[in-house]
Amino acid sequence: MARPREEDLPAWSLPAGAVERIALPTAWPERVTRDWAWEGARGEGVRVCVLDSGIELDHPLVGPVQHSLAVTRTRDGVVEVHEDDAGDLCGHGTSCAGIIRSLAPDCELTSVRVLGAGYTGSGPVLLAGLEWAVDQGFDVINMSLSTTKKQFAETLHELADAAYFRRTMLVASAHNMPVESFPWRFSSVISVGSHEDPDPLAYYYNPAPPVEFFARGLEVDVAWLGGATLRCTGNSFATPHVAGICALILSRHPELTPFQLKSVLYLTASNVSGDA
Amino acid sequence: MSDLRDAVAAGVLGAEESYRELLRSVVETARAIFRARASSVFLLDEEADELVFEAVAGEGAATLVGRRFPSSTGVAGWVLVTRQPLVVEDVGADTRFSREAAESTGYVPKGLMAVPLLVEDRALGVLEVLDRPSEERFTLAEMDLLSLFANQAAIALDLLQRARRAQAALAGDGELGALARIASQLESAPEEARAAGLELLSSLERLLGS
Repeated sequence: MARPREEDLPAWSLPAGAVERIALPTAWPERVTRDWAWEGARGEGVRVCVLDSGIELDHPLVGPVQHSLAVTRTRDGVVEVHEDDAGDLCGHGTSCAGIIRSLAPDCELTSVRVLGAGYTGSGPVLLAGLEWAVDQGFDVINMSLSTTKKQFAETLHELADAAYFRRTMLVASAHNMPVESFPWRFSSVISVGSHEDPDPLAYYYNPAPPVEFFARGLEVDVAWLGGATLRCTGNSFATPHVAGICALILSRHPELTPFQLKSVLYLTASNVSGDA
Repeated sequence: MSDLRDAVAAGVLGAEESYRELLRSVVETARAIFRARASSVFLLDEEADELVFEAVAGEGAATLVGRRFPSSTGVAGWVLVTRQPLVVEDVGADTRFSREAAESTGYVPKGLMAVPLLVEDRALGVLEVLDRPSEERFTLAEMDLLSLFANQAAIALDLLQRARRAQAALAGDGELGALARIASQLESAPEEARAAGLELLSSLERLLGS
């Protein structure tokens, strides 16, 4: 009887002689620097999804938004993802998109609106939006939001893990108060808090999680509704800084898994590399 | 009115007054520490879907307590729904700020900080600090300090709501009103009727317990 090829076997092991099969496409340098990580990159070829309140179309600080969708819940409770041209209902998503664009001007942006005017998001809408985004295989998903409702935690956890294994880097805001909320607490995402340095490329690795990285989040002048800007503070604005930097790194190194991408972020962090 | 009923009512009412004082102390301390013009706590009235001024220090302290507005209004509404703190340095530039609501209170701030009052996974209300000294740069440490105050305010607000629910339940038309009335009648009943009543209550207790 012919022996089945090893890759056909439904196993999680690595048989002898199969090491070549998992050869890495890129050799890492002895010292990973920001130059190696993203020098000259503009985010080209990287698909970034902003799961938020929508993105204002034609905002000068955001530029083109390639895809715009909304998740809504019908009166019967059915949740749908559909094309949408209503833009941003409260400004928050536009601010995130503007920050990502300022760092990775050539990335592709998709807006998925899960928050309504005045932020009336609902759990099922958020879950459906994230599930849709994970299914689309985006390279980076920016989630400057979280839920404190425990009943959504398990599904969010599964979605965060699904993203991680499908090479989608979920970048999520830590809550601004010391409370439990999700999905930023899951280790399969990159969780982001704020520091006070005005440098958009300053980011720090935190050796005392659950917050893993700190990025610029104090008094950031962000894109807001009506083509305007607004000075904002909070982890919501630190998160897209990390998402933008992830887009830069993936633009140079598209083969990176979330684990490797996190490792590059660690090695190039302002308190680790000495680069910044 | 019996002694017992009075005692129950006084206990619950007394509790409400203590929690109100605690809330007042939170807003007064917050105002002093941030050297702000005013500080207030809003309670979310879920049934009416409104925010209610529960405690105010500084501007508006004398007039605003009890004032209501729709829960989705302005910065407080935004903070309530997002469950995230918010700092607005210049309300004129921020679409989240409701000038109309502020003007109706007689005091329009220039800048403000607001933080949700969270107990477990419920948002009970909002704490606001209005108009810190404008020359002082805002820092993340202040956001953390505000969150600490918010914890205290949230606990006080939770206790206040519990006291009010207990009060409502024991009041005349409340669902436990009959219990309070029975208790007071038992206390004032003649010896024989009282003994029979207590026996009946014991039977009821066994019945409900089985």
